Amino acid sequence: MSRKIRVLIAKPGLDGHDRGAKVVARALRDAGMEVIYTGLHQTPEMIVETAVQEDVDVIGLSLLSGAHMTLFTDVISLLKEKGMEDVIVVGGGIIPDEDIPKLKKIGVAEIFGPGTLVEDIVSFIEKHVKREDR
Amino acid sequence: MKEEIVSKVLEGDSRAIARMITLVENHSKEASSLMKEIHRYTGSAHIIGVTGVMGSGKSTLIAELTRLYRKNGKKVGIIAIDPTSPFSGGALLGDRVRMTELILDKEVFIRSMGTRGMLGGLAGAVYDVVEILDASGKDVILVETVGVGQAEVDIIKIADTTVVVIVPGLGDSVQTMKAGVMEIADIYVVNKADHPGIDQTVMEIENLVELSSNPNTPIIKTIAKTGEGVSDLLEAISQHQKYLETEGELEEKRKIRYEAELIEIIRNHLLDMIYDESIVKQRIDTIVDRILSKETDPYTAAEEILGRILK
Ligand SMILES: Nc1nc2c(ncn2[C@@H]2O[C@H](COP(=O)(O)OP(=O)(O)OP(=O)(O)O)[C@@H](O)[C@H]2O)c(=O)[nH]1
Ligand SMILES: [Mg+2]
Repeated sequence: MSRKIRVLIAKPGLDGHDRGAKVVARALRDAGMEVIYTGLHQTPEMIVETAVQEDVDVIGLSLLSGAHMTLFTDVISLLKEKGMEDVIVVGGGIIPDEDIPKLKKIGVAEIFGPGTLVEDIVSFIEKHVKREDR
Repeated sequence: MKEEIVSKVLEGDSRAIARMITLVENHSKEASSLMKEIHRYTGSAHIIGVTGVMGSGKSTLIAELTRLYRKNGKKVGIIAIDPTSPFSGGALLGDRVRMTELILDKEVFIRSMGTRGMLGGLAGAVYDVVEILDASGKDVILVETVGVGQAEVDIIKIADTTVVVIVPGLGDSVQTMKAGVMEIADIYVVNKADHPGIDQTVMEIENLVELSSNPNTPIIKTIAKTGEGVSDLLEAISQHQKYLETEGELEEKRKIRYEAELIEIIRNHLLDMIYDESIVKQRIDTIVDRILSKETDPYTAAEEILGRILK
């Protein structure tokens, strides 16, 4: 009835920058979403377990570290293992152009590179979350 | 589907627990029938409320307490509440940042909640979520209230044991205590005991507690960040639990909770009915327009709407 979009913003990997992730988190909050913010250094197992407990619609991963292929692959296969394929996975940060098609092929819904407008992230999420059963 | 979700919740399945919480938070159609099924399985968890001003260390303290409870083999549920923005309806739920170590422990379930319009530092569905976690077999349920300017007093309607966290140095913590927290604390924690001014703060609190109606309320010094003193807090909590059980006070606490929950459910039902009545059948903005043009007044309009519902 009063359904609210819940988004997990996580920062895997070892680099310590989460400013971009925080900007996105605030923008999603201001668009009326509930944003679960978990902080730095999250492993794929931690991200997916958090997604399960918080029952999120979207996982947004912020990446700068270059390990994006394995991280996304691990997150998506763990989600499948838990029967959570309907969770939308998006990424942001610095990801080489040539990797984007590969990421989409494994199930990443969208990659938002540097310079993306936060409004575009908001409208992408609003458009793609459609679990009307909740 | 319904039987399945309930039986999985009772087995402690994280995904089922999480799903059921979403259903009750969103007031979905299935929520009430699911809640009806689980009530009979509740009542064994010890519910601990943790309140205190913003940044006083509530989440860090909860993480440390949970670590100790896990050492003792207890299963733990955590409800971490942060404020929902009244403007956007969104919320930034950040308490998990302090709980990273607990994530992969299968016997710990953490849920972040926005207040979603509820006042008093709690979230609208928090009574339901406590029941769900209780039925799922958690031994201990820790509820972190929002940390705004004051400690949030509504926590006593839910918790068996209420812990009020205070930090040294801030004159306003003591001010906060004067403003009503004295009545709610079963245990005081003076956290950030590594900061200067700790002895001064403890003394001020001792003085206030001695004058209060519960002069024997324990005051525990902790450094949540390192875990120092947290085992003393655990001990104080279990003393309080024993006291509740032997003095028959636990029942009183539970009655307070069920009364508050009952009123909350009725209030939500009435609100839903009012919205159905006035928005669907007669748009609320046309009523507001009539108030604006002095065709009617807010009291008459309210009585009309209520009259139609209660008929
Ligand atoms: N020096 C010191 N810092 C502490 C202690 N306990 C917590 N902190 C720090 O205080 C800050 C706030 O801690 P939290 O646990 O997030 O506090 P909180 O009360 O949950 O905050 P809100 O949920 O935002 O109200 C963090 O940076 C902690 O690391 C302590 O005992 N000593
Ligand atoms: Mg907190």
